[in-house]
Amino acid sequence: MQVEQISVFLENKSGRLSEVTAILNESNVNIRALALADTSDFGVLRLIVDDTQKTISTLKNNGFTVGKTHVVAVEVADRPGGLHEILTMLHEAEINVEYMYAFVRTSGDNAVMIFRIEEDQKAVDLLQSKGVNVIDGERLYSL
Amino acid sequence: MIHDIEYETMPREALESIQLRRLQTTLERVYASVPFYRKKFKEAGIVPADIQTLEDLSKIPFTTKQDLRDNYPFNMFAVPMDNVVRIHASSGTTGQPTVVGYTARDVQTWSKLMARSLAAGGAGRGDIIHNAYGYGLFTGGLGVHYGAECLGASVIPVSGGNTKRQVVIMRDFKPTIITATPSYALHLAEVAEEMGVSFESLNFKFGVFGAEPWSEQMRQEIERKLNLVAVDIYGLSEVMGPGVAIECHEAKKGLHVFEDHFIPEIVDPKTLEPLPYGSAGELVFTSLTKEAFPVIRYRTRDITSLNTEPCVCGRTLVRMNRVTGRSDDMLIIRGVNVFPSQIESVLMDIEDVEPHYQLVVDREDNLDVLTVNVEVGERGFTDEVKGLQRMERRITKNIKELLGVSAQVKLVEPKAIERSQGKAVRVVDNRRI
Repeated sequence: MQVEQISVFLENKSGRLSEVTAILNESNVNIRALALADTSDFGVLRLIVDDTQKTISTLKNNGFTVGKTHVVAVEVADRPGGLHEILTMLHEAEINVEYMYAFVRTSGDNAVMIFRIEEDQKAVDLLQSKGVNVIDGERLYSL
Repeated sequence: MIHDIEYETMPREALESIQLRRLQTTLERVYASVPFYRKKFKEAGIVPADIQTLEDLSKIPFTTKQDLRDNYPFNMFAVPMDNVVRIHASSGTTGQPTVVGYTARDVQTWSKLMARSLAAGGAGRGDIIHNAYGYGLFTGGLGVHYGAECLGASVIPVSGGNTKRQVVIMRDFKPTIITATPSYALHLAEVAEEMGVSFESLNFKFGVFGAEPWSEQMRQEIERKLNLVAVDIYGLSEVMGPGVAIECHEAKKGLHVFEDHFIPEIVDPKTLEPLPYGSAGELVFTSLTKEAFPVIRYRTRDITSLNTEPCVCGRTLVRMNRVTGRSDDMLIIRGVNVFPSQIESVLMDIEDVEPHYQLVVDREDNLDVLTVNVEVGERGFTDEVKGLQRMERRITKNIKELLGVSAQVKLVEPKAIERSQGKAVRVVDNRRI
């Protein structure tokens, strides 16, 4: 149930982000999801790509500081209240969500949310026990 | 290993009588041949014969960097140019470079003192020395070079720059000793890692690092990354070049000054009064055997203290402690004295912080603002913004607690801070007073 996410440290300088996308373009990497967290001085760019290993080595070779984390991809009913239900389940089980963002593609009729959760195994077990569909990496990259 | 047993372990009384004799000879010479010194002595109302004991040294006026600049290029030479076989210039990190000269005997003396230094640092005849100090007007490269040859070791004159090629040389020639600036050593380690060459697979035993101040924490980092024992070497071109003082690898606690060739003093930087052993102050040198370019009570602007405790290595030469900063790369930020090396200590004490930093000082609305740019490497990078912010805050807090100065911390990308091939540029001071 692991989904690999890449994080890249970016100084808040103009052009840094487009340098990353230029590099990915040259290596023929397809971005599946992207989120950018920013402070006034720097940003952390989070990416889900179709070839995690290649992306990490290419970015590192180009002098970027890169990390790899595991996130959970969850199917969410595409209607008002869909997300709220998932969050309520997690809250009741006292599982903390670090951050989350939406995935570009849908899974059938459902929306897909990416969650970063410290206790990810616990969260996966809980959600599945409640009939929520958790999507694994392989499937996610090809959606 | 002690290269020159007779002089390096000489009993103090014998050493002091040699010092006095050599001092008197030097004073007679400079009085006779260097107009600058004769004028200074006359202004102070003294003649060389007034110096009858080592304590009388304090009667003599000081020589400063400005004096050397005012006599640029050759006006303080004590011999005709025909006798000068080598000319060097200081690297000028703080202003206009100063020029120094050497007779053939000076070059020989320098080589012997460098041989002593390399030996104290762990080198011997059978060693292969990778010399990454810059060759040229800078005294580092040629200083080590001649010392290595005098010692009988095999020196590879790599010089600075061309880092990838240096890694290939290290991998193929398997040198056992490395000589470089501490900041360049860390850069070499970085590039070696990128090229897949591990220091565990290399043959380094010892490294002799200097030409810039570096902290105890940086020593530990270098020893860990380069897999060797690291010692500090001290010198300045105005006095001779590297080889004025050297840390022995046996103790690694202070640098032995070659007192048979240089008399060290510590003076109060404000009052210029000599201070007793153990007190911290400005380091002053008087050369005893230099022919072409002797210096009398030269103010180095380096801050340190002298330690007379007997050393386990057996040398009887006084030790100077690590130079904590120069009195002129000291910053004054909102009235607080700050040395870049102090910031370095704070950074190196925090786990996960890389040793690549730069201080930028600005004046905004009439107030000094200190920004510490710190590179974020693999070690320190966490996916969560709050983790990075936590690191920023920790650095700010530690700087405030230790130094009493508020600094803004800016995390920057790897290599955002320029790597220098010589001394690292630690401070960018944008203030215009």
